[in-house]
Amino acid sequence: VPTVYIPTLLRAVTGGKSAIEVDGATVRQVIDNLEQLYPGIRERLMDQGKLRPNISVAVDGEVTPMGLLEAVGPQSEVHFVAAIKGG
Amino acid sequence: MKTQEYSVIGTRPIRHDGADKVTGRALYGADFQMAGLLHGFILRSPHAHARIRRLDTSKAAAFPGVKAVMTADDFPQVPERLVDLGEGDTPLSYARGNVLAQGKVLYRGHAVAAIAATSVHVAEEAADLIEVDYEVLPCALTAPDAMREGAPILHDDLKTKEFGEQTSRVSNVAEHFRHVMGDIDAGFAEAEITVEREFNTATVHQGYIEPHNATALWNNDGRILVWCSTQGAFVVRDVTACILDVPVSRVKVTPMEIGGGFGGKIPVYLEPVAALLSKKTGKPVKIVMSRKDVFEGTGPTPGSYIKVKIGARKDGRITAAQAFLAYEAGAYPGAMVGPGAMCVFAAYDIANVVIDGFDVVVNKPSTAAYRAPGATNAAFATETVVDEIAEKLGMDPLDFRLKNAAKEGTRRADGPKYRRIGCVEVIEAMKKHPHYAAPLGGPNRGRGVAVGFWFNVGLPSSCTISVTADGTVNLVEGSTDIGGTRTSIAMQAAEVLGIPAEDVRPTVVDTDSVGFTAVTGGSRTTFATGWAAYEAAQDIVRQMKERAAKLWETDAASVTMERGVFRAADKSITFQELAAKLDQTGGPVVGRGAVNPRGVGGSFSGNIVDVEVDPDTGKVTILRFTAVQDAGKAIHPSYVEGQMQGGSAQGIGWALNEEYWMNGSGTMMNSSLLDYRMPTALDLPMIDTVIVEVPNPGHPFGARGVGEANIIPPPAAIANAIYHAAGVRMDRLPMNPPAIMEAIWKQRD
Repeated sequence: VPTVYIPTLLRAVTGGKSAIEVDGATVRQVIDNLEQLYPGIRERLMDQGKLRPNISVAVDGEVTPMGLLEAVGPQSEVHFVAAIKGG
Repeated sequence: MKTQEYSVIGTRPIRHDGADKVTGRALYGADFQMAGLLHGFILRSPHAHARIRRLDTSKAAAFPGVKAVMTADDFPQVPERLVDLGEGDTPLSYARGNVLAQGKVLYRGHAVAAIAATSVHVAEEAADLIEVDYEVLPCALTAPDAMREGAPILHDDLKTKEFGEQTSRVSNVAEHFRHVMGDIDAGFAEAEITVEREFNTATVHQGYIEPHNATALWNNDGRILVWCSTQGAFVVRDVTACILDVPVSRVKVTPMEIGGGFGGKIPVYLEPVAALLSKKTGKPVKIVMSRKDVFEGTGPTPGSYIKVKIGARKDGRITAAQAFLAYEAGAYPGAMVGPGAMCVFAAYDIANVVIDGFDVVVNKPSTAAYRAPGATNAAFATETVVDEIAEKLGMDPLDFRLKNAAKEGTRRADGPKYRRIGCVEVIEAMKKHPHYAAPLGGPNRGRGVAVGFWFNVGLPSSCTISVTADGTVNLVEGSTDIGGTRTSIAMQAAEVLGIPAEDVRPTVVDTDSVGFTAVTGGSRTTFATGWAAYEAAQDIVRQMKERAAKLWETDAASVTMERGVFRAADKSITFQELAAKLDQTGGPVVGRGAVNPRGVGGSFSGNIVDVEVDPDTGKVTILRFTAVQDAGKAIHPSYVEGQMQGGSAQGIGWALNEEYWMNGSGTMMNSSLLDYRMPTALDLPMIDTVIVEVPNPGHPFGARGVGEANIIPPPAAIANAIYHAAGVRMDRLPMNPPAIMEAIWKQRD
């Protein structure tokens, strides 16, 4: 099962848990399943069906261009990180 | 492909645009001319914070030669939504409000109204006739100022967000980031030495030499044609369409050559205004900013307040690190504190970390990206503290860094583990460099080192390649050429096709003529657009194999291609020979490549710098400067070196002289290049470069972006060198003579 690492400021929603094993074949499914466990977490991560503007998702150490559609495997690590901009 | 197999990658061909650039034939936005062209001028706010009570443009509109006047009220007032500014979404009201102020001005230089006239002089004169009744408000100019209780509030509806949660309190703090890893208290308890310091860095500008410019024609058929200087033509297209509330297909943007950007030419300022003035007049309208406009009206990089605390054992292992970063966003949210918070300890493997970052709006121009945005400020703080700890432990500063260096598998405080990175290799290259062991050769001299990390980005890119009958190819791409990217992209196609780089003609085209391509920024262009060119070239090879097979009446699967020669059984034909036979084998061959790549490889960089500090004046002279950077695989080593030297020069300016020197009411007092002191060739020694190559496994040729990481270490390396020369630890940027003398006097007292 993929492991989702919960950003520090979201841990109030997960009762302080920093890493949660949750099912899902894509990032979207993982978030949907997290929502079942911790109602309200989806709204913190998503707005209007998209990841919030300043949030990116990294799967297995890499920020993915696919966002919510990125596939995750059973051993995957999923992190929500600040969006990176460049000059 | 393995490195030794490359015939083009890693060589140094002459850049394709070189002749046009050095002979002055290259066309920049200000060169653009059209029949019936009108000239625009932007009226800007004289106040840093004020409510606009009344705005009367009637006298200006009646001035002879004036053809149109506009304000924010002329923009379509469409409902709030998010708009992609090139590297992320922002509310439309912020993007539009920064182009022309609506109701309130938030910084000195904020655009208030625009005029189109027969000449720029007429437009400027008429601007004096625009009557604006301002209710001047108190201003907040630094992050600590804007965060204090009772500070003037810039946006009445802005409430602090904490990872998607909007708190209830109206504030100048737009966003709070926090990263926690391990047990910070236990980490500091384990430390045998702890150093905690506070730092302040000034607002600085990217300092591109070419001012912003835009010409727009709202054509009779309803299409909006734009010619401008930008790092991202598609961003200009999309933002202009959004602000003017037209479909993106109605806007065509042609990027002209660009005289520098460094992140500052990603935001859109002039294009929607020029377009709307064109609609009002029926004529093309051109607007060119003055240097003062550029300083006061475009996005510099954030000033910041940073506190860093690091603890280590006597054996040199860092046990804990804590950082507080408050970055000035300028007038609208979006300071680069998120990346800054992710980079602040990114060079180190530390088990116990707490990082807090605050995005704070202040009454200064809305900030924009600047090479590795957010990372230079953060590294200045961290690398100064790291140097102090190494000194107190009696350790060589590079050995101390090596002992704690991040490597593949190291988990950063923001969560993800590193893939293959070159932090250790960069530090080892610094240690091995003759500069590091060379004698300093005189009094008041010191040597400093520092390292830095930048993520780089991917983002979408598109290319097409068409084969010409003489065996050359035309490569069409959408990345504005900064730093020789035409050539670094063309080289990747040439390598695949087995032809010389000179036989690829790269052209940067308008937004109608190539698939979507994101900005030339984030050190992505050689990586991502180069990858699109690689894919397009692979497509060409596939089709050319089919043509050879047709010629030889065989199966395409039996045809191979190596170094530009196609073979099957005992037959062979060169790329050039086959290109001459396209008509008879099926017609033109056009290849396409479109990517939104994964595999972005971050880059580490490091500096060794020697300085001499005049103890009587505080003037710092850079005696020797060595820049080391991991390029993954250097596609064109000269351009990698050029990026390293350019980033170093800008980092030196940021370190020693550059700052928005503001008076108490928010007016920049040095808004000219005479007074905003960027380093010139006379201020700098030759910047020696060492390219480290730790191939990025995520890219076909192993490339990592190289445009940004080089600006990160210079201020910290110079601060450390100043300490070793003059005995004072500098805690603010710029470290100009007054700042250094103040530190020296303070120490003497």
